[in-house]
Amino acid sequence: MTDAAYNFAYLDEATKRMIRRALLKGLAIPGYQVPFASREMPMPYGWGTGGVQVTAACLTPGDTLKVIDQGADDTTNAVSIRKFFERTAGVATTERTAGASVIQTRHRIPEKPLTEGQILVYQVPIPEPLRFLEPRESETRRMHALEEYGLMHVKLYEDVARHGAIATSYAYPVRVEGRYVMDPSPIPKFDNPKLSGMAAIQLFGAGREQRVYALPPYSRVVSLDFEDHPFEPTKADHDCDLCGASASYLDEVITDDAGGRMFVCSDTDYCAGRRAAGQRGRLAPEGEA
Amino acid sequence: MTAFDRTLTASADAPLLSVQDLTKRYGRRIGCERVSFDLWPGEVLGIVGESGSGKSTLLGCLAGHLAADEGQILYRGHDILAMSEPERRLLSRTEWAFVHQNPRDGLRMGVSAGGNVGERLMAIGARNYGAIRNAASDWLTKVEIDPGRIDDRPRAFSGGMQQRLQIARNLVTAPRLVFMDEPTGGLDVSVQARLLDLLRGLVRDMGLSVVIVTHDLAVARLLADRLMVMKDGRVIETGLTDQVLDDPQAAYTQLLVSSVLQV
Ligand SMILES: Nc1ncnc2c1ncn2[C@@H]1O[C@H](COP(=O)(O)OP(=O)(O)O)[C@@H](O)[C@H]1O
Ligand SMILES: [Mg+2]
Repeated sequence: MTDAAYNFAYLDEATKRMIRRALLKGLAIPGYQVPFASREMPMPYGWGTGGVQVTAACLTPGDTLKVIDQGADDTTNAVSIRKFFERTAGVATTERTAGASVIQTRHRIPEKPLTEGQILVYQVPIPEPLRFLEPRESETRRMHALEEYGLMHVKLYEDVARHGAIATSYAYPVRVEGRYVMDPSPIPKFDNPKLSGMAAIQLFGAGREQRVYALPPYSRVVSLDFEDHPFEPTKADHDCDLCGASASYLDEVITDDAGGRMFVCSDTDYCAGRRAAGQRGRLAPEGEA
Repeated sequence: MTAFDRTLTASADAPLLSVQDLTKRYGRRIGCERVSFDLWPGEVLGIVGESGSGKSTLLGCLAGHLAADEGQILYRGHDILAMSEPERRLLSRTEWAFVHQNPRDGLRMGVSAGGNVGERLMAIGARNYGAIRNAASDWLTKVEIDPGRIDDRPRAFSGGMQQRLQIARNLVTAPRLVFMDEPTGGLDVSVQARLLDLLRGLVRDMGLSVVIVTHDLAVARLLADRLMVMKDGRVIETGLTDQVLDDPQAAYTQLLVSSVLQV
């Protein structure tokens, strides 16, 4: 079968229109989960079918797409989604954050601040932040409608009671524009401050759960906390061993069988950019840059 | 909330709850029919009657869990049935409380005892962990649960402890009006006695107004100032507790009372 058998970006125009309508509704009501009729995509659910459908609905032939998974462009998941759109939409792709007009991401927000005109698409496994304490969908919908969010703090209370601190480190719940409580997808809480006041449009897609939600540019996004246990966007207490960055989110990498390890930027494009500009970390290879 | 605060002072010589001709049907079956009564501040009203007589239906309608078909409910002068859902739910978690017969229906079984008690505080805006925890700890003590168990889940508690935890969870925000549906229902007799004792003390100390449903006339005698006897969805007799139990007027009440005495 030739690629010409697909409509642009795989989905038919009626489906894309339906998703765009849901996204516009989401943008009009920041943080509100909008139901949409999720389509079967030629990839398993865990692979970000929600994000892929949102990206498909946003792409135009002139766009440049970047796809990242845990900050990296070269994981199997990122590569296969990028290839999917190269094949079905023929759009240009890039690994450079600044060069992309649409960025689909799983688990990270790029370190480099995004700008107006860019769209950041998140892959979301579980869109409902109240789910873990209240499994009934009818009840969580009512709680959102009536702003009954005490339960979110019960979750944080349980965290502090059990661990002495708010131990939630991924998918840390936020309140959007003082109204809807939202799950920011499993990004590290280190990234939460970037959600707020971002110049780019942020779109969230959950395929299996058939929900999209959105943050228009410059939305106010606050991480939930207690007065005496304030939110802290923590990261590993190191500098990047490759580029020396002190304020970027780090992955711990095992380097040998003898327990050797190093910390490197999880955002590979950010790290490479710094090294290209001559920044060096503790373990940067000799002769580089 | 503000709508209620404004009338705060106007309550001492007016009923807290005033119910007129309340009717609830399940299809063609009658749940409760044309029930009317006033509940005064600080009063404990017992609703008694055999199984199926409409006690839970009435309580459910009062608390807003069930939609009444006809009638009027005034709470401190406000028409409850005309309120919007957000207003009514706010009332439910501030001024009102509801104690279920089965603690499982009134507790979050996956959340610690402290989290269960703290939830209502957090729901009305408490955001200081230390203060929430202290309040939870105080309330565990008040309901005779070792505060050292504050981080245990209710699953690990006995039935009596679970019921006391449910009561703490409900009373932590100092409600005015408490609805109870057979609160001592599933418990052993000795456990029941202790719980009744505790409830009596709390009602007195907090000046609570209570509507309590029970089929157990001994419970009614211990807790209630006044009784309403129901049969087939209707109120057939009402009066001071001692009066109704010692000198029942309706033939049905006489039967109800004597059958208890025989046991
Ligand atoms: N959900 C329901 N659907 C239909 N009938 C009901 C329902 N709940 C209660 N009833 C009926 O309404 C009447 C009153 O029931 P209920 O209020 O539960 O009485 P009680 O609490 O005194 O045992 C009974 O005839 C009962 O069968
Ligand atoms: Mg009943």
